[in-house]
Amino acid sequence: MMTPSAYAWTEGETLAQHFESRGVSRRDFVKFCSEIAVALGLGIAAGPRIARALESVKRPSVIWLQLQECTGCVESVLRTADPTIGDLLLDLISLDYNHTLMAGAGAAVERAKQSAMAANKGKYVLVVTGSIPTKEGGIYTVVGGRTAEDLVKEAAEGAAAILAVGACAHWGSVQAARPNPTGAVGVRDIIKNRPIVNIAGCPPIGDVITATIVHYLTFGRLPAVDREGRPLFAYRERIHDQCSRRAHFDAGQFVESFDDDSARKGWCLYSVGCKGPATFSPCPIFQWNTRTNWPIGAGHPCIGCTEPNFWDTMTPFYGRLPNVGGFPVEQRVDTIGAALAIGAAAGVAAHAAATVFTQIRRRKATHQVPETGPETENDDG
Amino acid sequence: MARTRVVVDPITRIEGHLRIEAQSENGKIAKAWASSTQFRGIEIIMQGRDPRDAWAFTQRICGVCTAVHAVASCRAVEDALNIKIPANANTIRNLVTGMQFIQDHVIHFYHLHALDWVDVVSALSADPAAAAKIGQSLSPWPNNGEAELRAVQVRLKKFVGTGQLGIFTNGYWGHPAYKLPPEVNLLAVSHYLEALDWQRDVIRLHTVFGGKNPHPNFLVGGMASAINLDHPATINAERITDLTGMITRARAFVEQVYWPDLVAIAGFYKEWGAIGGGTPNFLACGEFPEGDVRDLDTLYFPRGIILDKDLTRVHEYDPQKIREYIHSSWYEYEKGDAVGLHPYEGETSPKYTGPKPPWTYLQDETKYTWMKSPRYDGRAMQVGPLARMLVAFASGHRDVRELVLEALGKLKVGPEVLFSTLGRTAARGIETVLLARKMEQWLSELNGRIRDGDPATFTKEKWEPKSWPAKAEGYGYLDAPRGALGHWVQIADGKIARYQCVVPSTWNCSPRDAQGQAGPYEASLADNHPLVDPERPLEILRTIHSFDPCMACGVHVLDAEGREVVEVKVQ
Repeated sequence: MMTPSAYAWTEGETLAQHFESRGVSRRDFVKFCSEIAVALGLGIAAGPRIARALESVKRPSVIWLQLQECTGCVESVLRTADPTIGDLLLDLISLDYNHTLMAGAGAAVERAKQSAMAANKGKYVLVVTGSIPTKEGGIYTVVGGRTAEDLVKEAAEGAAAILAVGACAHWGSVQAARPNPTGAVGVRDIIKNRPIVNIAGCPPIGDVITATIVHYLTFGRLPAVDREGRPLFAYRERIHDQCSRRAHFDAGQFVESFDDDSARKGWCLYSVGCKGPATFSPCPIFQWNTRTNWPIGAGHPCIGCTEPNFWDTMTPFYGRLPNVGGFPVEQRVDTIGAALAIGAAAGVAAHAAATVFTQIRRRKATHQVPETGPETENDDG
Repeated sequence: MARTRVVVDPITRIEGHLRIEAQSENGKIAKAWASSTQFRGIEIIMQGRDPRDAWAFTQRICGVCTAVHAVASCRAVEDALNIKIPANANTIRNLVTGMQFIQDHVIHFYHLHALDWVDVVSALSADPAAAAKIGQSLSPWPNNGEAELRAVQVRLKKFVGTGQLGIFTNGYWGHPAYKLPPEVNLLAVSHYLEALDWQRDVIRLHTVFGGKNPHPNFLVGGMASAINLDHPATINAERITDLTGMITRARAFVEQVYWPDLVAIAGFYKEWGAIGGGTPNFLACGEFPEGDVRDLDTLYFPRGIILDKDLTRVHEYDPQKIREYIHSSWYEYEKGDAVGLHPYEGETSPKYTGPKPPWTYLQDETKYTWMKSPRYDGRAMQVGPLARMLVAFASGHRDVRELVLEALGKLKVGPEVLFSTLGRTAARGIETVLLARKMEQWLSELNGRIRDGDPATFTKEKWEPKSWPAKAEGYGYLDAPRGALGHWVQIADGKIARYQCVVPSTWNCSPRDAQGQAGPYEASLADNHPLVDPERPLEILRTIHSFDPCMACGVHVLDAEGREVVEVKVQ
């Protein structure tokens, strides 16, 4: 039996040494780079230069913690179309830690995480999916003997920015629904000194997750967000205002029972419980799974999954939202909160309040950005 | 060689959080402990809620085999309220569940399991022309050409050249247990990437009927997607055409890429047909009702029990014989740890007695996991594709027998290899092939009924709570990709009074019971299982991944302190 060091990739070993030992010579690598150089019209002499450039290329390190969750958010990212998940993993980012996809296991991946965090201190993006259970010292989610809270605090320390992906990571989602048996909370309740973007949804649309990452890579800063930390490029509009069935709402044409004649004519689902009037989400615009369809398009009412506490405020899912009227689109953010009644309307009210308190939020947001962190645009909308 | 205590935590490429502790001696594993280190408490969250909402909550148990908990939940509520769904709704659920199996199994093979058998680094030194020759000998798949494989290798070299190996960092590359030639490794890596694109395309079937994936929408009483060929906002000719394309592409990839790869790779690892067997008892609750869900004669994959690896006899499955035990689990029962409870009387109060985190070891504790131990008639049972295929094989299922015998013939091995790590992986492929063929039939049945003027997808008869009895209870089953799944619901005065799930992962990952019976993960690792290098536990990953672990399934009812719990007296 050979010793582990004869096979394993060891830190400190150069890439050339490692692959030489695996039968890929430095010469082969430079030869490959020379082929690329010729293909690019640069001439064969540019090969070594390209080889050096390729070796020194740094893709942004992404550390992805999966805490108390169902892995639905990772699955959603696997469905992204442009960039594809293959492009994301091989060309755009260096996903240095992620339970679902990593080849190694146990101590080996924990070591990989530690070295990636150390090598990219202050620069890596931390993605968190899943909530953080706080009851009984955090024993309800433990990885490698350490609690979710311990792990997220450690990873946040050197993160440039945090993406709280999915409803769990932002406010706890289904685990935090009444009576929240494990004391599940979101990242914002644990980490107060790093910019956090909330990619809302249960799960969020995969393209929204990757677009936020690409926004950060392309523009060097996180996207502008609303009061709930949701990027405006995706969550600025209510479902109700972009809904393909909106004309039927305005005309008073409602589905009264699933699969009735009105359902077969694509009428409005408000009467069977649609939460679209109280939900800020890109569903009708971006749609799901390479723009194939979206929940209302498939005849099911919106359950409001991009809104905080929706498991409690939007249920029963088939109950009607109270007092939804027809609002002029241009006034909606300021007036809807007052027009809607209690319960499920809370999400809309919060969004309306967000606009009223824009100045307060701006001041608050400024405080949350560490000096070394990326800029967060203000919501001026 | 001295005894070594091996800890693998996290086990990656699974859903959720799983820890394996093992004792290894002289290159073998002597004993193993499997621990699920996460608890979410979804069943208590269900209490007091509208039963028609239950599918949405329970669906969030798992986002990987998404949809299956939702369907099991709808079936449980429909069973309790005696709702019979329209034939179209059943067919649509079969199509959705069927595509879930197909997509999930292929993702499992390439993205969660393959790296246990495929050495990515070795693919760098492959000869693309030779790899193409091998690929073309396996199937007519058009992307197995030299140019395609060379492009993949170039991309891989460029990736490696950056020095940032990302998800491939610290894999066990070069481990002596890797046996594939570089060319087969390259072929597999190429299909790893292709499968990423393929899965995104074919799962859109969920989006047509359920609006999104993961977590498509369902409906108690049927499906919400209305059918009207003459309307742009419903299931119409354009949607049906889209579905047809997805089903065709799903079948092509399964028949021309997944299945040939699986058989080819298995050929290099035949010794794994004698490793990782473990538990000799198998349970299948049956799936794909082609008629009413209660008519068990219409199940495509039959229901049944195999005991002591005896394929000459299939015993009847009776859900009344299920009991859950907590001898090794962090829970307490009112009547003590020795009793077993049927899900209709399920009682689950967490009582953590493990070490205070951060901790180092769990195997020294009597209780060491959040998983309970479900037992069938007192026995530990293995569930999943192998259980389903064995029950079908032993029941004389024509399609299953044909494919099982074909695979055994190609590998030149006997049926005894089925009880193994390799057997579990092969069984998963076999059922995927069968379902990929079945999808066309289901779609054609749906089309036939639409043509004959039956567009119904929902029954509103028992929709309103005022039409329900004061008390009701029901059982919903679904033999999910990872194995037998059961939801048990009790309804009182229009609300959920008690909700219990016994899931594939609790069957397979169950800890030791009071009789000392280990669950399937633990038993399979302790079954004369190799572990050459405790520092690089590749063999443990092979066997554990062959079960396709999904730990978030292990949720149970929690009687949280100070919260009102709706009480119901079970008659």
